Amino acid sequence: MFHLAAGRVGSLAAKRATAALSTSSARMMASHGHGTDDTHPPFHQQQLLVSALDKLRQDDRKRFRQVSTAVDMSKPLYTDSVDVPLPDRPYKEVLTDADKSLKQKEKGPWNQLSKEEKLALYRLKFLKTYPEMRHSTPEWKTVLGVAFFFLGLTGFVVWWQKVYVFPKRPRTFEGDWPEKQLKRMLDMRINPVQGISSKWDYEKGQWK
Amino acid sequence: MFRAVFRLSAAGARSLARSRPCSSAPLASRCYSHGKVETEEEFDARWVTYFSKPDIDAWELRKGMNTLMCYDLVPEPKILDSALRACRRLNDLASAVRILEAVKDKAGPHKDIYPYLIQELKPTLTELGISTPEDLGIDKL
Repeated sequence: MFHLAAGRVGSLAAKRATAALSTSSARMMASHGHGTDDTHPPFHQQQLLVSALDKLRQDDRKRFRQVSTAVDMSKPLYTDSVDVPLPDRPYKEVLTDADKSLKQKEKGPWNQLSKEEKLALYRLKFLKTYPEMRHSTPEWKTVLGVAFFFLGLTGFVVWWQKVYVFPKRPRTFEGDWPEKQLKRMLDMRINPVQGISSKWDYEKGQWK
Repeated sequence: MFRAVFRLSAAGARSLARSRPCSSAPLASRCYSHGKVETEEEFDARWVTYFSKPDIDAWELRKGMNTLMCYDLVPEPKILDSALRACRRLNDLASAVRILEAVKDKAGPHKDIYPYLIQELKPTLTELGISTPEDLGIDKL
């Protein structure tokens, strides 16, 4: 949604930019005179136009930039997965000096590492532990809730349609019309083999 | 032998009560039309050799471990011992702890496999100074 908004404003800004530039280019042409060709501005003025447009678009981009780090998909990625215990790269690749000295200590006997140091080494390499990976979230409640909400909304829409949109019921549903219709069907022996007339007992005058 | 008892597939779980520790019958009944069936001993030996490579590199350790976890079995203690020693050669304590976490998770509902593994690996763990996930407190959330 944010991107869409940025795009729309961006195009608006671009239109403003081109409008501004077209007037400024006219002024430029008037002040500097015409180039070799009467219909097009000279080459260096074209370059100025292009670079000015680019600058304006860059300014727009700076204003509407979202702070997000693009993931470099050409490099190994870190993933937490119960099926893949050892991911392609460690979680923390940029180490502080304390981390680096800990890594040096790791090269020696591990018996000399304290529990906290071992834990720190684990968290340097991995983001989540197995129980944390397996931990369920309450997201399903949100999903179900939103689904029910929209179902309810739909029900409201249907009720409104019933009141304001649907035409009147046909008269064939009112009064004794259905009863008379059924009697006529039985008299005509509609579907006598397996259908409605086969369910009617003509001797006794009742349903079988 | 180990895998014959603790085969993790549904069929295996169902036959858990009936199977005997010494039988290797499940393997013999595989429907290969041709080709030699690898015995469990050969499988274990192959993996122990893989992790025992003196100049094993980090990629090979990761690849080996991730592949091993894809199989429908919990690795024998000797394979894990070899893998933990490979971690030591690579100066990688975090991966050693991760391997222990992974096999515990791999055992799934069979809660008696992991304590057995730890019991078998205890000498190696104390020798190399590897703490179990329980010691570090990361077995709980």
